[in-house]
Amino acid sequence: MDARNFTYMFYGFTAAWLIVMLYVISLARRGARLKKELEDVKHLVKGERSTPEDLLPNRMR
Amino acid sequence: MRERLSIVLAAIAALLLANNLHAMFLTLPDEAMQGAIYRILFFHAPAAMVGMIGYFVALTLSIMYLSFGDFKYDSLAASVIEVSLVFSLVNIVTGSIWARIIWGIWWTWDYRLTSALVCVLIFSGYIMLRRAIDEPTQRARLSSALCIFGCVDVVIVWKSIEWFRNQHPGPVLDFRTGGGRMDPAMSHVFYMNFLALLLVATALVLIRTRQESTAREIDSLRRVAHAA
Repeated sequence: MDARNFTYMFYGFTAAWLIVMLYVISLARRGARLKKELEDVKHLVKGERSTPEDLLPNRMR
Repeated sequence: MRERLSIVLAAIAALLLANNLHAMFLTLPDEAMQGAIYRILFFHAPAAMVGMIGYFVALTLSIMYLSFGDFKYDSLAASVIEVSLVFSLVNIVTGSIWARIIWGIWWTWDYRLTSALVCVLIFSGYIMLRRAIDEPTQRARLSSALCIFGCVDVVIVWKSIEWFRNQHPGPVLDFRTGGGRMDPAMSHVFYMNFLALLLVATALVLIRTRQESTAREIDSLRRVAHAA
């Protein structure tokens, strides 16, 4: 019982940090995507690129 | 400025967490009835409290958006709810692992557990709703309304252990019972870990809010490009 008790405590701590870490990774990836999208749209507004495709948000491409 | 503040908060949280983990494993003894597994409580309940505080902050921000119509309140509410949802998930998963040892089952449909699951489902719906609507005013208005509705369930989650007979344990924290249900040394580590998780959540909200303002900037630039 004691070994199982300790193992499940370890699972609990691991699960808690895994969920938070996965969210942090998703935040970092989203941040990088938004940064790139912002650069693209800034270029577009300056008239450097102007295909209709560029006007669509990433999720619609 | 916001980025620097989030780094400072994360660093303080990391130091606090290191100190708390040391206390949990090397200072505090096993609980008499539950053994080592009771230490999950130090993450399970603070995660729930951080989530609930977040939902009520989002409720205030949603009401402010509906009153003043400023999109910054809506963006902040969305950021707070997303981070709160992560902590609610931590709460449910760690609780389920604790229950497997203490109750012998992963899950039971009692009032506390069911209302907590409904809460996660409602606020997952909030995030899906925001992704489904492109028009900013409609998105902000509907998601604010859903947040207000969702917070009714948060009250039920909070009070369910007082209102109903549950398999879930009743209140043990000092500020709900008046004291005497938890050893002061354990109580100290509990509140310090709550503080650490609250700092982690605040740092994440700051990062997420910055992303929301970048997304708003992209939307307005795109409108400029469309108009040109």
